[in-house]
Amino acid sequence: MSLTKFVHGMKWLPAFALAAGASLTAASSAAATDTRAADSTTATRAPAAGSQSVEDIYRAYRASIEDGTGAASASYATKRVKMIPAFARKYGLRCSACHTAWPELNSFGQQFRDNGYQIRNEKDSPIAQNNAYIPITVRVTPQFHVERATRQLVDATPGDAKSGQVERTLTSHGFDLSGMDLWTAGTLWKNVSFVALLSSDNFASFHFEAVSLRFDNMGDNPWLNLKVGKFELDNMISEKRFLFLSANGGSYQSYHFSAPGSSVDFGIGDNQLGAELSGHSLNSFTRYSAAILSSNDGDPGSNNFSSYDANVNFSQAFDAGKMGIERIGVYAYVGQRPTAFQTSDGQDIPGTGTTRKAFYRAGVAGDFFLHKLEFLPYYLHGNDNAYLASSTPSNSPLLDGARDASWNSGFLETHYYINQQLVLTQRVEAIRMSQQAFPDMPSTLGNVDAYSFGTRWYPFMFSRAGLAVHGEYALVKTVSPGQLPSEGATANIWTSSLLFALDFDF
Amino acid sequence: MSRVAYRIPSITASISFLLIAASAGVAQTIHGLPREGRGGDTKVNTRVGRPAAGKQEYTRYCAGCHGDHGDGVGENAQWIEPRPRDFTQAVFKCRSTLSGSLPTDQDLINTVRRGIVNSNMPQWRPLPDQMQADLVAYIKTFSPRWATEKAGTPVEIPPETPVTTESILAGRAMFQKFECWKCHGTAGRGDGPSASSLTDSKDQPIHPYDFTTGTRFKCGTTNADLYRIFMTGLDGTPMASFADNIKGDQGWDLVHYLRTLQPIRTPESILWKSWLATHASELKPIGPESGGR
Repeated sequence: MSLTKFVHGMKWLPAFALAAGASLTAASSAAATDTRAADSTTATRAPAAGSQSVEDIYRAYRASIEDGTGAASASYATKRVKMIPAFARKYGLRCSACHTAWPELNSFGQQFRDNGYQIRNEKDSPIAQNNAYIPITVRVTPQFHVERATRQLVDATPGDAKSGQVERTLTSHGFDLSGMDLWTAGTLWKNVSFVALLSSDNFASFHFEAVSLRFDNMGDNPWLNLKVGKFELDNMISEKRFLFLSANGGSYQSYHFSAPGSSVDFGIGDNQLGAELSGHSLNSFTRYSAAILSSNDGDPGSNNFSSYDANVNFSQAFDAGKMGIERIGVYAYVGQRPTAFQTSDGQDIPGTGTTRKAFYRAGVAGDFFLHKLEFLPYYLHGNDNAYLASSTPSNSPLLDGARDASWNSGFLETHYYINQQLVLTQRVEAIRMSQQAFPDMPSTLGNVDAYSFGTRWYPFMFSRAGLAVHGEYALVKTVSPGQLPSEGATANIWTSSLLFALDFDF
Repeated sequence: MSRVAYRIPSITASISFLLIAASAGVAQTIHGLPREGRGGDTKVNTRVGRPAAGKQEYTRYCAGCHGDHGDGVGENAQWIEPRPRDFTQAVFKCRSTLSGSLPTDQDLINTVRRGIVNSNMPQWRPLPDQMQADLVAYIKTFSPRWATEKAGTPVEIPPETPVTTESILAGRAMFQKFECWKCHGTAGRGDGPSASSLTDSKDQPIHPYDFTTGTRFKCGTTNADLYRIFMTGLDGTPMASFADNIKGDQGWDLVHYLRTLQPIRTPESILWKSWLATHASELKPIGPESGGR
């Protein structure tokens, strides 16, 4: 069956939701994230037992797009929390001391974080603090937002499922709330730091977004720090600390992309479970980290695969005089996923994953300042083994023509700091499939183009709390399977978000 | 679902909002220019400090404690002990120059980079060198002293003498003779009989340094840094200069003794521990009843 015929023959599938489904149903960016996080255990798409057809793979891809878990185009905002007034209160420093514009870290904030949330002045241990000091931070974002998605399949006659389906552009808007982040972090003792971040959706359903314990400066050596728990990967450009909040702009597409048809659930922007060894020079200009991580994309209690991934990062900063600090880094993540399980009565037995196949993500990132102008370029090359890319158990033969899926993606984000209380932002991002899992898949299927711009204004700047007046517009184009006979094999879906928010943190 | 003529707010409207927010931010945060030139030239190595640029960075990093006017009464000052430095007085603890004189630009840069242990002053090591120079240039605009006086001449530090038991014992005797124990305590714990009543030049309580817990000194980490403190004193604190009392190698003797009090392994502490194992009974206790060994 040709691809075009196959795609057009899939009308029985539920309406194609793609990004719109996620963005329209996601009442807020944080809620969308929380939903994703809560569902991610079940979203892990281990290949089905037995051989599959290309149709099965497409069906799975479509399904993944619908539930917003598998496609890069799924417009979910990332969990973002990392501005911590509790630290500012502890040390009496203004937010601006650690942040270019909170939550993004500046070079001093990076060093503070690398030191285990310590300034190393012999007053870091909680015993040196006033008894009344409790390191808790709350962040929540009341907002007004508009979400829009083109080419959504709807019944031609409302309420009449037999009336046939047509495409419409759907829009929703209204006042809303983000979820809430309840964050506590600090030191248990000198050189023993911790993080516990509970995040809720906008219905106050909480989950563990991050929980970790870190032994800092082991042997009084900043090159040796060990962290165990669930934590953000040491991405040089942190998605948890960036300056975008909307449903379509509030995540890096590159950090969550899955190739069409792939069973790999991994996102380099997702917090992961494992242990990380890291180190840095005294000024944190030179940094490294190496982590071993459970192959479960950071879902506690879901070690269904009993296998491990690895992540390494290295970056080097340079003092460029009046221009500022320039940093460049490289990274690589090598993961594996089983393609089959031991079974009992035909059901997979958790923890018995076998015949693992590999995937990897690798690339470079930069953080360059031209005085008040900051550029954040990022490049990623991704590759999924043919069995994973085609969702085929490796104890079954590959479908004809099945091969590795690979792609390149990247973005360029720009910040212009008018002053410490006002920043203008923009980001342009692209994902391009370089090789589909099957030769007859459209070469552009899954490609993404995204653009965001906005501004954040901080009306006040001191050491107790933070408020940002946030405005943002984000636009995403995704190349998706065609829906209707009038379309070709692919169709461009446009989704957009307009967000006005009061982002506060105490 | 019916075909509904959905409309969204126009892009024009959203851009307008962003521009309005941007304008509000600009209007709220633009400040006047700093007092250019008032502080005199600032040059550290090849970096020339720029007060105008330093003001922006000062607001970002320093003003919360030291205050927008450099008077040490930022919004956090009331919660901080020891209190932040008052730059309008141009009195600085950490200098390479004699007591009462202005520090060099390099001294101020060193303090910015090193921070002040046991205080809220962090190590601003990650800031670019140019930014540090700019900060120092701006800090120098807060006091007219910088426009009328020149920085003092750095004190000369003689080459360090060998670490010997005799040197340590001589230093211990000086610790007794100069009554260091009255503030720092007989064991260097910062718990001497005068400790609880000490105040700084602004009548704020201040605690003597506890040698037994710290691995860094207020103004450095090396033996030379400690020697320099004896010579320059810590202006604004009860720690006076001993430049008139301690001559040449005597300073190194005191350094070697104080190193034995620290909780870290140093050549001095290793040697001292070995000597004490067989000679401890020969020592007279330090304190009011003793003349030292």
